[in-house]
Amino acid sequence: MRVRGLASPYLAWMSIFIILPLCAVVYYAFTDSVTGEFTLRNIVSIGNYWPILIKSIWLALVSSLICLILGYPVALAIARAKQSRQRFLILLVMLPMSMSFLLRTIAWVSLLEDTGIINNILGKFGISPLPLIRNNGAVVLGMVYNYLPYMILPVYTVLSHIDPSLIEAAKDLGCNRTQVFLKVILPLSVSGIISGVSMVFVPAVSTFYISKKLGGSGTTMIGDVIESQFKTAYNPNLGAAISLVLMVMVFICIGLMERFSGSEEREALM
Amino acid sequence: MSRALKIILIVVLFFLYLPIILLIAGSFNTGTDLAVFKEFTFSNYGALFRDRTLIPLLLNSLIVAVLSSVIATALGTAAALGIRSFGKRFRSAVMTVTNIPMTNPDIVTGVSLSLLFVLGGKLFDRSNVLGFTTLLLAHITFNLPYTILSVMPRVTNMDPSLREAAMDLGCTPVQAFFKVVIHEILPGIVSGLLIAFTMSLDDFVISYFVYGPSFATLPIEIYSYTKKPLPPKIYALFTLLFAMLLAVLIVMNIVSGRADKRPRRSNITQLVFRRKDVEKT
Repeated sequence: MRVRGLASPYLAWMSIFIILPLCAVVYYAFTDSVTGEFTLRNIVSIGNYWPILIKSIWLALVSSLICLILGYPVALAIARAKQSRQRFLILLVMLPMSMSFLLRTIAWVSLLEDTGIINNILGKFGISPLPLIRNNGAVVLGMVYNYLPYMILPVYTVLSHIDPSLIEAAKDLGCNRTQVFLKVILPLSVSGIISGVSMVFVPAVSTFYISKKLGGSGTTMIGDVIESQFKTAYNPNLGAAISLVLMVMVFICIGLMERFSGSEEREALM
Repeated sequence: MSRALKIILIVVLFFLYLPIILLIAGSFNTGTDLAVFKEFTFSNYGALFRDRTLIPLLLNSLIVAVLSSVIATALGTAAALGIRSFGKRFRSAVMTVTNIPMTNPDIVTGVSLSLLFVLGGKLFDRSNVLGFTTLLLAHITFNLPYTILSVMPRVTNMDPSLREAAMDLGCTPVQAFFKVVIHEILPGIVSGLLIAFTMSLDDFVISYFVYGPSFATLPIEIYSYTKKPLPPKIYALFTLLFAMLLAVLIVMNIVSGRADKRPRRSNITQLVFRRKDVEKT
């Protein structure tokens, strides 16, 4: 059939710009930066960066959890709003995402710094400046701020797909509001939670801008390490090796989460 | 909506918009520090219009966004139509690869493309490969999955007999596409185009690894100000872009609200987090 041929330009594109680059990463990760010969040195020297990698994963997990705690009630509130209001509220949640995240993060600096807006206000009440920036908390705040919409949107989609008659049935069968939530709404929204968590976790674990602006010397993230290998230290082979590890890790995490969520619910979502 | 939920919603929306309000206030400020509002002024807007670096960079961003979203939409639409007719196994393999740029952290996508371009440059004996072309190729690459995933559901839901009927009535396949098929999948094409355009316009991480000194975009310039304080005309530009986007969204909301009275979420909303659910289509 001729229709099949329509996909061939894309198949060629995909091979060159998706598959080949990954091969390039593997090639660089296993070769020496000077001689170009096969070596395991890059992979071995990742060992020096284990503490940073673990810390990145930890901060990204904490951010995902906070996003869930904040985002779930917001998604629920939107899903329970009037039909005509829902679209407007969702646009309101999405709008900040499409504005420069660099500038929005810079705005946080002026809120949090020692001479910043929050400390100025506190100062008026005679409270001495709090260390709000250059620490883990500030980095987590930056992540939560930037990626919260990624949590709200998938949870909202799942919640708005729940058949209201299921909730009525649960009520008829004697559930109170807490029971309806715990036994019907929450289990049905697991797939949205999983997809929200992974959508927050992936960009959070690999960020380098947020940690650079809001973090200090002690909050180097794995993304910072990769960035510096390419932009300042110029050791692309080590950078490629760390990228490879990061990529494998992300794919394992996502694979695990998908297994966790089960496929039936995903089908129900479609 | 119970009261507690309403309060959380309002607090979170305030949290999301607080930095934006601050940036807009900064555009009317005589000082350069966002934290201290000195006096009200329009002079930052004047400085913006007289500026000779920001506007060309914004134009660069727009050029890349328009070209990459149009090319990705054309390639992606063709791909979505073709992929439907593949066998189940091959189709799921293709969709798995298509999902890679969406699942991968942006930094890995950027790094991997930059390594490819550097290797390619070595192959053709050119040292300065990074520039407009590599930036465009990278943007098309990360836009493609969004356009494919946006068109795919429309193609799946389309009745195949429509196209067959058009051909029976004497249409060539090309005519059948432009007279029948395109009307069925147009909403998917449009939303794919819009998503690709906004993704491309705002992308920093991938661009940062594949741009060359000869051709930068606005986000890259903003990033390069990391150390020094930002000139407030950037806040003026931000405010103007925000106002434009707001206007577009309001108009779109009114138009699509009139177009269908049936309650339906916008395609864009659905697509943003659709990435993993697509193999099922």
